[in-house]
Amino acid sequence: MVRPAHRRPGQSRKAQYSLFAAYVIAITGALAGLLLAILSVADPVGFAALRVASQEITAPIARGTRSVIGSISGIDDTVSAYVGAGSQNRRLRKELAEARRRLVATSALEEENRQLKSLLGLQQTDRSALAHGYLLTSTSTSSRRIALLSLGRNRGVSAGQPVRGADGLIGRVLTAGPSVSQVLLLTDVENVVPVRRARDGLPALATGRGNGDLDVRTLNIATNPFKPGDILVTSGTGGLYPPNIPVAIVVRRQDDGALARPLADPAKVDAVAVLRPYTPDNIEAQAVPAKSSPGAGAP
Amino acid sequence: MNRHGQRIGEPASRWRMQIVPIATVMIASALPLMLPLVASSPVLPPLGLLFFLSWQLLRTEMWPVWIGLPLGLWDDLFSGAPIGTAIALWTAASIAIAYLSQRIYWRGFLHDWAIGALLVAAVQALAVLITFPHAPAGHMLGLVLPQIIISVLLMPLFLRLTGKFDNFRLKRR
Repeated sequence: MVRPAHRRPGQSRKAQYSLFAAYVIAITGALAGLLLAILSVADPVGFAALRVASQEITAPIARGTRSVIGSISGIDDTVSAYVGAGSQNRRLRKELAEARRRLVATSALEEENRQLKSLLGLQQTDRSALAHGYLLTSTSTSSRRIALLSLGRNRGVSAGQPVRGADGLIGRVLTAGPSVSQVLLLTDVENVVPVRRARDGLPALATGRGNGDLDVRTLNIATNPFKPGDILVTSGTGGLYPPNIPVAIVVRRQDDGALARPLADPAKVDAVAVLRPYTPDNIEAQAVPAKSSPGAGAP
Repeated sequence: MNRHGQRIGEPASRWRMQIVPIATVMIASALPLMLPLVASSPVLPPLGLLFFLSWQLLRTEMWPVWIGLPLGLWDDLFSGAPIGTAIALWTAASIAIAYLSQRIYWRGFLHDWAIGALLVAAVQALAVLITFPHAPAGHMLGLVLPQIIISVLLMPLFLRLTGKFDNFRLKRR
């Protein structure tokens, strides 16, 4: 039983005034805070510097804990894996057999593609990454999906650069600090990625759901052409993400599109690569050195 | 401390009495960003908020009602929510606790748990609605529902932990 509070100030004027002042400060401050929140939703860049500066403080500790215990891979994933283990196993065996067949066909196509490209003398654009790092930690208590990347401006990272892992797209850099930067993950509600279906190039938009899945919607609303198992890759439309980075696999059809699961799980990736944004000047800058040495790409 | 130096049984220093509650809330707010956990959904309970509510339920008069302004700002810097969300919502929560502690004169454990649960649910639900004003509200509430349930179930543990910290805070020499 907690001792009852005696906030009533009694006859003392001084106590009465100070209690009143405390309430005035609290209510004014709360309203100002609400206004600030609305402002920072409208203009997220304004306060980003403040936030990334405070995360510079905790980053050394995050680096330390990561090196001691390694990355804790998704707790929620482990739980759901136990629930659906049997049916998942059956489904995975079927998928594996299918994937093996397709792999043989793909490798033949790849060889043919290489030969045709060398005949045409096409130049491959430079896909090399700007920097390599790892994801330190993330905002695991709030509804935003923002991760902390171990690289900052010291390694040439700046806002708007795409980030990918070995399996697929991770997200994009939101703010870059001196030695760490914030990455907006693919699954954040505000992250929209232009994608296309790998099989036939059907354009679509992938939006995060905030819980690890993605909503995929076609630009053409009349039909719902998605099937479970469809692979989505970035289309390069919009000029941020370079084309042909694997993004997600369709899990289930929905009323207005499909539910997809990202191919790269940020909880499990070891290293991530920061890429150059896919903007016209970057593409030209990559193409120029290739032109100056003709025939370098040909075998 | 008096002019003879420290005596056995003297009350704890003022410095320790004030710094311990604030330090626990601030460390709990920043702790999720020190763990190597890259979550794909809001899995961890809002540790800072749980300590903040527990301290106020345990020691209603310890802090002025505006304490949510600085502590909320600190939490906003780390939580990922837009800056200002916790400033507004935490202060509203402390005003609610101050009001309820006058209405319910003798509060028991179940009262504390109920008030804490209600406020955690309200703060987390409103925070997600402020963060994503254009997204469908039902889906957004579904996103934080598991986190709210975990936090409500953990509330007694945090009350107990806060009690332990309070014993340390007031420990006589």
